[in-house]
Amino acid sequence: MSAHVPINNIIPFSLVDGPGARCSVFLQGCNIRCAYCHNPETQSLCVACGACVRACPARALTLEAGAVVWDSELCTGCDTCIGTCTYRSSPRIRHMDAREVFAEVSSYQPFIRGVTTSGGECMLYPEFLLELFGLCRAAGIGALIDSNGTIDFSEHEGLLNVADGVMIDVKAWSDAWFVHLTGTDGATVRKNLAFLAERDKLEEVRVIVTEGWNDPEDAVDGIAATLGRRVGAARLRLMRFRHFGVRGPMASAPSPSDARMDALEARAHELGFGEVVVS
Amino acid sequence: MSDNGYLNIITASNLTYKQKVLHLAQAAENSVRPLKTTKEFDRFFEARALDDMQEGNAPYRPRYICPDYQHFSGHGSEFLHLDAPRDLDDLLWGLSMVYNNVPSVTSRPVSVGQLDKIIDPFLDGVSDDEAKRALKHFLNYIDRTVASGYCHANIGPEDTRAGRLLLEVEAELQNAVPNFTLKYDPAVTPDDFMRLALTTAMKCANPAFANHAIHKHTYQGGYQVVSCYNVLPLGGGAYCLDRLLLPGMARLATSVDDFLDNILPSATGELCNYMNERIRFEVEESNFFQSSWLVKDGLISRERFTGMFGVAGMSECVKELLHLGDERAYGTDPEADELAEKIMQKIYDQVNEFDAVYSEVAGGRFTLHAQAGFSDQVGVTPGVRVKVGDEPEVLYDHIRQAASLHRFFNAGVSDIFPVEPTAEKNPDALLDVIKAAFSIDDKYLSFYSSDGDLVRITGFLVKRSEMEKYAKGEAVLADTSHDGEGNWRANDLADRKVRL
Ligand code: SF4
Ligand code: SF4
Repeated sequence: MSAHVPINNIIPFSLVDGPGARCSVFLQGCNIRCAYCHNPETQSLCVACGACVRACPARALTLEAGAVVWDSELCTGCDTCIGTCTYRSSPRIRHMDAREVFAEVSSYQPFIRGVTTSGGECMLYPEFLLELFGLCRAAGIGALIDSNGTIDFSEHEGLLNVADGVMIDVKAWSDAWFVHLTGTDGATVRKNLAFLAERDKLEEVRVIVTEGWNDPEDAVDGIAATLGRRVGAARLRLMRFRHFGVRGPMASAPSPSDARMDALEARAHELGFGEVVVS
Repeated sequence: MSDNGYLNIITASNLTYKQKVLHLAQAAENSVRPLKTTKEFDRFFEARALDDMQEGNAPYRPRYICPDYQHFSGHGSEFLHLDAPRDLDDLLWGLSMVYNNVPSVTSRPVSVGQLDKIIDPFLDGVSDDEAKRALKHFLNYIDRTVASGYCHANIGPEDTRAGRLLLEVEAELQNAVPNFTLKYDPAVTPDDFMRLALTTAMKCANPAFANHAIHKHTYQGGYQVVSCYNVLPLGGGAYCLDRLLLPGMARLATSVDDFLDNILPSATGELCNYMNERIRFEVEESNFFQSSWLVKDGLISRERFTGMFGVAGMSECVKELLHLGDERAYGTDPEADELAEKIMQKIYDQVNEFDAVYSEVAGGRFTLHAQAGFSDQVGVTPGVRVKVGDEPEVLYDHIRQAASLHRFFNAGVSDIFPVEPTAEKNPDALLDVIKAAFSIDDKYLSFYSSDGDLVRITGFLVKRSEMEKYAKGEAVLADTSHDGEGNWRANDLADRKVRL
């Protein structure tokens, strides 16, 4: 049985995390730091500094035995805690094991087609995913992994066997841009892309389109080249950068123009992607 | 009505000419009182524990009529001197003339028929472009002349070329009239057709979705969904719709037991008797069925009418009975939901034991309808819906709660959900929700985009922009903009929870 993992949130109905109605499970903690992250409070684990406890207007937070305890009944969802935390964390975390998460997910049957695990970076918890997906699969609930692609999937064959597929970000193509945006290089992402396509587990490839923070045109070209003849089977999602929730230098960065999105969409069609979604 | 009342209608600056004529006709109708009522009925009426939905004192036409327009497309009309239509042009012009001669409680037709089935046979040899051009004129004609959001068209469950073209044209026109219902049956309706319907719904709040697998068994000989989701016999309709106003009834009760044992059976019995009176007058005195051309030309028959027994305001009723404070509410509180079910079971049992006159098509019974409320009725949440603001956090819980009560209503019950605009990109997600909801016997769902101009009020559609005009004192074409404007404010509809 897998250990308890930090769960940031479970959203019963998501429109944007894969095909059909899906329940999204957000795990807390990430291994990279994207400048455009729109929920940076999922990036780190809480260090129990207590700042949010003092700031919470509803007294929904307490420090007990060196850990923050969150009372969801008292919480009004005002997000003061998230604004206060300087560690890119959140005190509203539930520690749950795979069976507990499954109990919640399966309570949403028959409405959902599947579950999508996201984050943070859910691939930091592969054993948890393995158990959760096994339970889901047995109950007829589909399971997708939404990943930043920086963890080598070839080392998780067992997990891939119980997952329907992986939705992977290609944040930039050249390493220079990748480092600029995330602080790390994109070698593993490119390797995963080829590997997942080969294994027929590539559910969706996503490129976030920014003005001056990455190279989305190159990324689209690079993805097409890597997928080769499989490009026709791939769904590409082109997402317009929006500043909501973003902190740091990109908090006031502009969104790309319609013209740029249209041109990129046209380019993707020309490259032969099976499906191109712009959002 | 006082002389002043008539003069107020005549001199109003925010009513169109046609609306004035209708209001004056209503005032004239209400100047007589041919229906006898009992003291007990009057007491309930005064206390706003039941009402007649402003149907007028002297019903001289059924409330809702669902003509069998396919009979017209096959045979034409003697009364209108029209031969059976031979091509699409003939058909659409002919239907337009027919619509103009179909009465209802609003004086405008509430049903323009099962349009896909009526139109599809006339599309042979007509290109998509030609057909769409003709359908645009046709639908605009309905929007501008019928001009009532209670007017309804049906399509489905089959995927037809006409159905697809109608959806495509609807998305372009963004009209509020007619409303569209798609009869959905997962065993018959292909997913692909539903995707088109759902992306259309995200653009123009049409169509809404009826659980065909259940409703097809409601009446022999087919059904139509009209107005605010009234499920009625095709080729007939509803003589009347009168309703229990549950909150008013609750205020009369001294306890839950008093409500269940005394007030409820008494009010239910009174309303049933009153409906029989109305129907008798309509059938025996008004001469409607003797004189209507619709009967003579075979588009309706008296035997396919029934009365609808309506229920409204469950949310406020249980709140009153259980003295719920702000902490607990109908929709999420188990005790409140349990009481609601008990109340509905009692109403259901009593109505289904009552002998309804002239209601052969429904087995000699009134049909039950979760009445969706109208105008600026404060404190009466439609039917058995959860009050805006009290909705369960999780949408699925909301649908489960709704479905558990839908089973009591054979003549229409519905819920309305605003949806994030992004759903247009993922119609499968909404389709999953509909499939699941219908699999647990939910009967009717509708959606609209939370940022669109077209919004659903109790079931009918209005344009936000038109409501705003009317609120500023300008005259607007559709009567339903009047009802919508009041209702939108009274029921905080802008605050409906967006969870999709
Ligand atoms: S959101 Fe955070 S700060 Fe606000 S009430 Fe909840 S725990 Fe407290
Ligand atoms: S969530 Fe952030 S602010 Fe709150 S205790 Fe943890 S680290 Fe400190």
